Amino acid sequence: MTDLPILEARGVGKTFPGTQALDSVDFAIYPGKVHALVGENGAGKSTLVKILAGIETPTTGTLLESGRPIRLESTRDADRFGIGVIHQELNLLPDLSVAENIFVGHELRRYGVLVDRAGQRRVTRGLMARLDHPIPPDTLVGSLPLGRRQLVEIAKALARRVRVLMMDEPTSALSAAEVEVLFRVVRELTAAGVAVVYISHRMQELLRLADDVTVLRDGRVVGRAAAGEIDAGWIVARMTGRAAEAHPRETAASSDKPPVLRAGEIELRAGEIVGLYGLMGAGRTELLESLIGLRSSQDPVWLDGARIDRLDTAGRIRRGLAMVSEDRQRSGLVPTLPLGANITLAALRRLARAGYLSARTEDRAAAAQIADLGIRAAGPRVPITALSGGNQQKAVIARCLLTSPKVLLMDQPTRGIDVGAKEEIYRLMRRLATQGMAILFATSEIAEVRDVADRILVMARGRIAAAVTAAQATDEALVAAAGGGAA
Amino acid sequence: MRAHFGELSRALLAVVLVGGIFAWISPAFLTSANLTILVKHVAINAILGIGMTFVILSGGIDLSVGAIVGLAGMVAGGLIHHGLVFRGWGVVVYQHTWLVVAAALATGLAVGLVNGLLVSRLSVAPFIATLGTLYMARGAALLSSGGATFPDLGGRPELGNTGLPVLGAGTFASIPLPIWIMLGFALVAAVVAARTPFGRRVYAVGGNERAAELSGVRVRGIKTAVYAISGFCAAAVGLIIAAELGAAHPATGETFELNAIAAVVLGGTSLSGGRGSIGGTIVGALVIGELADGLVLAGVSEFWQFVIRGLVIVLAVVVDQLQPRRS
Repeated sequence: MTDLPILEARGVGKTFPGTQALDSVDFAIYPGKVHALVGENGAGKSTLVKILAGIETPTTGTLLESGRPIRLESTRDADRFGIGVIHQELNLLPDLSVAENIFVGHELRRYGVLVDRAGQRRVTRGLMARLDHPIPPDTLVGSLPLGRRQLVEIAKALARRVRVLMMDEPTSALSAAEVEVLFRVVRELTAAGVAVVYISHRMQELLRLADDVTVLRDGRVVGRAAAGEIDAGWIVARMTGRAAEAHPRETAASSDKPPVLRAGEIELRAGEIVGLYGLMGAGRTELLESLIGLRSSQDPVWLDGARIDRLDTAGRIRRGLAMVSEDRQRSGLVPTLPLGANITLAALRRLARAGYLSARTEDRAAAAQIADLGIRAAGPRVPITALSGGNQQKAVIARCLLTSPKVLLMDQPTRGIDVGAKEEIYRLMRRLATQGMAILFATSEIAEVRDVADRILVMARGRIAAAVTAAQATDEALVAAAGGGAA
Repeated sequence: MRAHFGELSRALLAVVLVGGIFAWISPAFLTSANLTILVKHVAINAILGIGMTFVILSGGIDLSVGAIVGLAGMVAGGLIHHGLVFRGWGVVVYQHTWLVVAAALATGLAVGLVNGLLVSRLSVAPFIATLGTLYMARGAALLSSGGATFPDLGGRPELGNTGLPVLGAGTFASIPLPIWIMLGFALVAAVVAARTPFGRRVYAVGGNERAAELSGVRVRGIKTAVYAISGFCAAAVGLIIAAELGAAHPATGETFELNAIAAVVLGGTSLSGGRGSIGGTIVGALVIGELADGLVLAGVSEFWQFVIRGLVIVLAVVVDQLQPRRS
């Protein structure tokens, strides 16, 4: 072992339109060591990994390999330096076999042209045995459960004889036994001199495996220590960056009234803001989508005393449910329609007179929402795509509000928007609740759930793992509950 | 969403420009006799294009319209000539002309509904679903007469089924009826597309299906409806053509779907859905009609006409792509 880092980022910054994802970050990885990278969603972990993997190029700063400056322009460059990544979103091709996935892009060859399928199968068999999961090499990846796919992804990285291996939440889909296998493999790798970067939200896991810990918040390094010298509390305090406790809002809900929304363990009262806290993949989105009818639900759903789980999404919206989705681009905005038409889309029936939508009525309704929510735009006719993320989000919320919902579901309502716009959305949520709306919002930020919610439901592995009032909640308890059984 | 003034005026400029060139080349172009023929041709493509615009705005495509044109004509022709034959009872029922027209339109609507249900309920890709119904509708048209033409659709007064040819040959205020029909379709369609909840939902489905669904739009209903509209428009064209010719031929309408798609695209509607207008389609149909007519008058060989038509379509889209995007 040398004292020279095998891979190092010095003063690395990355600017995306509208946000500073990373701000002069120093980060060094040493051979034979596990370096844990921690932070809330949006803290910049994935961006840093992408820069080190050659997927993104830094706006500022330099990268060094064993002390020499290098440029990583593509994943091929990273490949040459022996840098491998296991991404959070698995990059597997479901219609190819396990062996084909492991060697995709780097097929073993015979005579220089033909794929050496027998050789690939043999190597695959060896790799899967090493991972204690002898999945047959010809199995289609699409037929494997998520945890097994994660193992295939790990095998894929192992097949490449990497010197640096970065793992972005590798255990989020693994069972406890699979996690143990992974840990053993990581130790084997580090014993062989491989440097490992490990991203995880599970504190206990991190502290067991890591040599060094770096904490990121809002794109900056806010803490760095040897794993032996710290505990989970130290990490959480730096992740959330809060010394002072939150000041819960006086809830407008009264518990003597019947809940306005009821589904399984979830009960929502008028005037109440309930936070659904959980890590990525905990099932928050699935839960909200089953409430609004985008996917089928097991539990009956009651809205204001009427059963609605047999209605389609349109029917539920008509009854007083509305949802702001997590992904504005994919399921929130209609990019081809201007701002005004995006806002009025859910309330067309109400705005039309005898089936005719007058431009004036429509513009007036949209303009009122634009003014009310403080959407910064020249008017209803501007293209929605010209707006900033925060203003786009407000437009999606405005669309929901025009239907006068009793219950508003919000999936990560502040995802990908800047701090100022976040505050505005929090204020808006509080105002709506005070006016009597019930709000259920999903988030993976502790500060957000504690500051905004009256009550907190913690989700882990598809289930509600804990329910606490905002006043009772502590950061550590929430993190532990969200980590589920494995933590 | 609404026809942008800039875009429409640019397209109208193309109409005037193409027209001007042909007027200059051939003195016959600007005569009222030629213009009447031209606009009658345009009317057919424009009506198909109107239905097609709704489908394309929703993010789909309808390849079956040409076959529906043929089938609707054969339904009308068959009913006028043979009536409805009930073999078991030895009864033949002849329908009044209005019923014949209704039956032909209903046929188009039904094929359109099948398209819509295939696309929305069974998630068949629109290209494939409508390709399938194209073959089936064409086959049904051929089967209806064993491949023969139904000549003379004048009908017989004693059966009460005369009058269909008026649809093609009649005039009102000295303008042929097909042109009035096109104007009627265009007016209704333009208002529906731009200023009704249904029209807006079509745009929304084409622009972002998931967002539309989360906004309470019944996506499957909208998708079914646009194909039904397209089938209805195609059947109307089938009737007009049968009426103009006074005969119904089972091969009528072959490749009409391509002309209709060309008109829609020339009119600035995006093939990926969510963007475009009815007005644009009418203008697109006008340009295509001018080209077809003008090139004949200019004595350009039929083979070159194909090449030029293709060039104009590609060029128009390229020019459109080069315009700065509003975003």
